[in-house]
Amino acid sequence: MFARHLAMNAPAGVNIIDANDFKVWKLGLAGAPGTLYDGEKFQLEFNFGPNYPLESPQVLFVGDNIPVHPHIYSNGHICLDVLYNHWSPVQTVASICLSLQSMLSSCTSKEPPPDNATYVKTARANPKHTAWAFHDDTV
Amino acid sequence: MKEMDFEQTEDIGFSDLTDEKDRKKAYEVDFKVVPLPDIISAQANASNHVAGILDLSTEQAAALLRSFKWNKERLIERYMENPQEILDQAGVVLDSDKITITQRPAGFLCEICYDDSPVGGALGLSCGHVFCHGCYEQYLTQKIKEEGECRRILCPESGCSVLVDEANIKRIISPSTLTKYRRLQDKAYIADLDNLRWCPAPNCENAVECRLAHHNFDTVVPTVSCACGHDFCFACGLDNHQPASCGLVKIWQKKCADDSETANWISANTKECGKCQSTIEKNGGCNHMTCRKCKYEFCWVCMGPWSEHGSSWYNCNRFEENSSSDARDQQAKSRASLERYLHYYNRFANHEQSAKLDRDLYMKTEKKMEEMQRTSELSWIEVQFLKKAVDVLTSCRMTLRWTYAFAYYLIKDNITELFEDNQRDLEVAVEALSELLEKPIEKEKITELRQQVLNKTVYVASRREVVLDDTAKGLVEGRWQYFCEVPSIIVGK
Repeated sequence: MFARHLAMNAPAGVNIIDANDFKVWKLGLAGAPGTLYDGEKFQLEFNFGPNYPLESPQVLFVGDNIPVHPHIYSNGHICLDVLYNHWSPVQTVASICLSLQSMLSSCTSKEPPPDNATYVKTARANPKHTAWAFHDDTV
Repeated sequence: MKEMDFEQTEDIGFSDLTDEKDRKKAYEVDFKVVPLPDIISAQANASNHVAGILDLSTEQAAALLRSFKWNKERLIERYMENPQEILDQAGVVLDSDKITITQRPAGFLCEICYDDSPVGGALGLSCGHVFCHGCYEQYLTQKIKEEGECRRILCPESGCSVLVDEANIKRIISPSTLTKYRRLQDKAYIADLDNLRWCPAPNCENAVECRLAHHNFDTVVPTVSCACGHDFCFACGLDNHQPASCGLVKIWQKKCADDSETANWISANTKECGKCQSTIEKNGGCNHMTCRKCKYEFCWVCMGPWSEHGSSWYNCNRFEENSSSDARDQQAKSRASLERYLHYYNRFANHEQSAKLDRDLYMKTEKKMEEMQRTSELSWIEVQFLKKAVDVLTSCRMTLRWTYAFAYYLIKDNITELFEDNQRDLEVAVEALSELLEKPIEKEKITELRQQVLNKTVYVASRREVVLDDTAKGLVEGRWQYFCEVPSIIVGK
């Protein structure tokens, strides 16, 4: 039923690759036309904990193609406030995809985060264990 | 500084008239132990009082008080000026019962669990975002139990900033969550008030109130004593660390924990090969050194090449040369610095260790006391002197311990000599008492021992008072000069 809900509400460029259980979902995300990511294809992984939707799912980019973006680390971790301390149980997979799509679309230059090298070296596997500081609201 | 200024002006001319015993000692601060029930009733009283004046419910008054850090006067004043602004800031909605939705409206769909059945409980706040009862309960339980939040629990809708009010929270959550919620509120209350702090002892539920202004904490070590028997510093929460100030404790602990002295040890005990700079420790043998790595041969004394030593082998006569004497000066400095630190650290650590041994001793002494009750004419109350002696001994060792950290940072001058004399007197007295306690108890000498221990205990306690009094006065007068910057304490709870 959730997958159906997503299928009906999915923003443009999002397709379901694998959503057969309630623990892990894989989605495809295509760069929106007319943006820096036009024509690129990305893969997203959602991990839902037992407390979802009260707790945010663990969301990261996986696969060969990780978007080069100031808020996306090369290990797939995403710096986006709604995934961490601004999570609300009303958020859905569709609304997260929409947030990510808009984050990619508003990007003006394809650059990795300035601290990418140090972060990737020291970060834990689960991005929810990172203490995120959200400092840039423009991109 | 209010109280202290007051006391100073009082002192002028009247000090002789005041009874010595009644006067507060220089190292003591006024404080009061506040048990948990009093903390709870203090919140209720304040809320009821404000609720009566402003015509609000007690929960609403409490929410407003929380946003004003329980400053009643300021809240009432500001509320009279602009009630709506204050209410909005605190997220309080008046008449919330009227606006709150508790029935599922037509066409209801819970955005959290997607339940669309028309029957069952629901809750929507003044913002109109309605969710089912089950989701709300889970959401609140998550916030309270997992995230430890009690002050600002917002409507679950993304981006909505309406506060879930206390009355609704209490209505929805389970009794066990409610207990946790109340506990969090008590914690928040203590955290909000600058003059309250929890006793840090495990399982102690008391708080301590100390009305000394925070800017005094650089000149006073505000040591308080909880009803549970735990002595601690009101400013930093650590165990009693008189006479050292909180800032000094901080840099001392950091110094003991990091390896700044390792570097000193290396430079004091090793030299570097003049050619390849390998670090070499000489642990025996003659002065003719051959570097293992680069095979450079040199003299350990002057660090010059061995070949220049000519026939005066094993007796270096190039001792006065500038380059080698510089190297030796540097080494001597490191060595002196290391020795100085170790001197103070060993004494600091030693007293901690001894205090532990004294405690062990006390356990044995307790047995002795029972024995004494059986074998002599003494009653229970009369053998209490041993417990008192061990208690005094432990507190003296704790004080002595910190005097060594304190002394490490002092610049030696005439003023510090007096301090060192006091420190030595206490040290001698403490060791004498400790020795006395270790003596085996003999039947016929019990009365004599009791007298000796009592005398010593009183004497040791008075020596401790002298040390604390002198250091505390020096702190207020700014008499102590430290060889490095001592940070001021930022009070954090």
